[in-house]
Amino acid sequence: MTNLVEIRDLRVEATTDSGRRVEILKGITLDVAAGETVAFIGESGSGKTTAAMTLLGYARPGCRICGGSVRVDGRDMVALSEKERATLRGTTVAYVPQSAAAAFNPAATIMDQVIEVTQIHKLMPVEEARHRAVALFRALSLPNPDSIGDRYPHQVSGGQLQRLAAAMALIGDPKVVIFDEPTTALDVTTQVEVLRAFKDVTAKRRIACVYVSHDLAVVAQIADRIMVLRHGEVQEIGSVDDILHRPAHPYTKELLHAFHPDGGGRVVPTTTSHTEPLLDISMLSAGYGPPQPNGKPLVLAVKEVSLQVKPGTNLGIIGESGCGKSTLARAIAGILPACDGTIQFNGRDLWQSARQRSREQLRDLQIVFQHADTALNPAKSIEEILGRPLTFYHGLRGKARDARIDALLDMVRLPRALRHRRPAELSGGQKQRVNFARALAAEPKLILCDEITSALDTVVAAAIIDLLKELQRELGLSYVFISHDLSVIEAICDEIVVMYRGQTVETIIPAERQEPQHPYSRLLFSSVPKLDPTWLDTLDLDADRMRLA
Amino acid sequence: MKTPSATGTLAAWSGYRINLVGLVSFCVVLFWALMALLAPYITPHSVGAMIDMDYFGPMRPGLWLGSDYLGRDMLSRVIFGARYTVGISLAAVSIACFTGVVLGMTSAVLGGTVDMVVSRLLDAMNSIPSKLFGLMVVAAVGSSIPVLILTMSVIYIPGSYRFSRALAVNIDTMDFIMVARIRGERLPYLIGSEILPNIIGPVLADLGLRFVFIVLLLSGLSFLGLGVQPPYADWGALVRENIGGLPFAAPAVIVPSLAIASLTISVNLLIDNLPQKIRDRSAP
Repeated sequence: MTNLVEIRDLRVEATTDSGRRVEILKGITLDVAAGETVAFIGESGSGKTTAAMTLLGYARPGCRICGGSVRVDGRDMVALSEKERATLRGTTVAYVPQSAAAAFNPAATIMDQVIEVTQIHKLMPVEEARHRAVALFRALSLPNPDSIGDRYPHQVSGGQLQRLAAAMALIGDPKVVIFDEPTTALDVTTQVEVLRAFKDVTAKRRIACVYVSHDLAVVAQIADRIMVLRHGEVQEIGSVDDILHRPAHPYTKELLHAFHPDGGGRVVPTTTSHTEPLLDISMLSAGYGPPQPNGKPLVLAVKEVSLQVKPGTNLGIIGESGCGKSTLARAIAGILPACDGTIQFNGRDLWQSARQRSREQLRDLQIVFQHADTALNPAKSIEEILGRPLTFYHGLRGKARDARIDALLDMVRLPRALRHRRPAELSGGQKQRVNFARALAAEPKLILCDEITSALDTVVAAAIIDLLKELQRELGLSYVFISHDLSVIEAICDEIVVMYRGQTVETIIPAERQEPQHPYSRLLFSSVPKLDPTWLDTLDLDADRMRLA
Repeated sequence: MKTPSATGTLAAWSGYRINLVGLVSFCVVLFWALMALLAPYITPHSVGAMIDMDYFGPMRPGLWLGSDYLGRDMLSRVIFGARYTVGISLAAVSIACFTGVVLGMTSAVLGGTVDMVVSRLLDAMNSIPSKLFGLMVVAAVGSSIPVLILTMSVIYIPGSYRFSRALAVNIDTMDFIMVARIRGERLPYLIGSEILPNIIGPVLADLGLRFVFIVLLLSGLSFLGLGVQPPYADWGALVRENIGGLPFAAPAVIVPSLAIASLTISVNLLIDNLPQKIRDRSAP
């Protein structure tokens, strides 16, 4: 069998602002045969996307391929001229981006964008291209394949858009397709459908795939071989079975370990049912839009939710995107005043709007947002970011404040030297730690964590979860943990609330190992990818999906 | 970088990337600022003294920039003119941008009714043509330096407001503003500490641009005889009083025009080529 892709000793370097050269890829060698799927796995910054992009002969601005060769279907992408590369892109090698939502032009219909490749390369007449596109839509099991192309990108869901992006890549009949974290931004329930569609289509056409991801479980379903990258070097290449069961390299072991966050190490607080709840929400409703005649907002995102958090315990809220879990967090924090219901905190009623709450109440209840990139002011140093709540809530100044900032950085396991840096100079995991340290600076009783690990790699996320557990032991905090990632929630929460369409459908206590009853919870729980490579093929979700519909 | 060899060492030394065009324009701006500050000490002749027997005299030793329509030393008059042009414009642009930016950020943060009222009010002001407004005010209350400064700042407040409000609205949607709000922060902290540092770059660029507009408007008003009044003279007034020298190609009419051009162009170039801080995050 001849290899479709042959990468030999590939090196990519970048020039920094100050003119220093940094090697991003340090000599990578890899073969991919026709019909084979190879996954590139590694943490962010490991060079996995850069490596995948070289198959297109592309290096990001500021980077350049400085050595080695990348032969795709017998032609060296490194040595070709830009014009020759352009003729190969879309026809021989194609790319499916991470965020399809950002990759589609919102002003053109989906069909026009999907068949654009065939028009650029003059492969076939428009009519034929449309027929092929519809066939692809059907193959990718998209709903209404005949008419979906007439819609605009914002009129279809994220999972559908991701499959449409794949259709766009496949229409030129490429021999090699690069999938760049195509399911990272999707819910688990949608991810399953998308993965299945990808797997079917690529297997039927015997396309060689390069699948970039940081999620080992997803990769296990779709790949034949796995290449583990770190710091631009290949740590390990092997079959899925080898990597999952006989990992040789320490980093691979770390990755595997991060996938099984242990529930242990956390003292389950000795609370009885008589303990006063710290947070007690009853019949809370919140929504968006102008108030209607009945006093409710136009769109009700949270409907009559009741839940309780006892001191020292953690509550997990799980659900797909759009189920109202973030709106619930915003209503509790007072960012979006609830339109109905009551919030009791520490035995006292809280105002619906944060503006009316006292400084003490605000201090006790902190919220940590998902995206540390936007939650930290880019114009301020870490010192200023952490120092402000200290001054604001505790009146700390000068040396006392400096000492406390050091203590906070120690608490979240960040080197003290980082205090003079700006957020943009930190890694994603470090930013999230600073984000969390800012909430700790207030010395709260309860922290609302809104998807705080979703934007992070598995290994980094596992480290953050460990940190949260440790801090809980030391400081006696409670968390309300909102996520769409079940494994994260199971690792840290004493009680899990499943939300669906704005309502809580079920409460599950992981310690009691009870089975989910509601069809949606069952669907959600069984959609979480397992490390078993046969999981996707044997999975049957249709029963629950039918019952929901 | 346009000249790596010349500015490379400078960049390494200061930690900033400096561009040659920026450097030259900075020197020109600095030159005019020094002229304005040191005018009384460096002028070779008194501003009012008629020292040349001829009017619209050519450049010659002793009278380096020729003489004006009354035989006065043009060099001294241009140097003194810098005081009025730079001084009045700087005062006006400071008032205009300070008011505009504070109002803009406040509207963005408070939103709702405040935003609506302030925006519509300033939109209404924006709809009055600036030269006409200047002419009207000067005609109504007469021309004096404080009146000129205030008039010109009022003319440029709405533009500065619109600009900074648009920037601040973008920042206002970021999570860190939300964090500060639910921490219980008040308006002054929100606009001063959270928003301003994030928009200061474009705001400074806008300030420079508005400075240029004000210099041109002031020169225009003075040219029409409504700006700085005799015996004082800014550059616009110098062009006007020497306009009769145009047929003789007298330096007296060209030099103040060149002064206006050099200042405005340099300020513009300087804004476009401000030094950039080199931030290398992976550097040890």
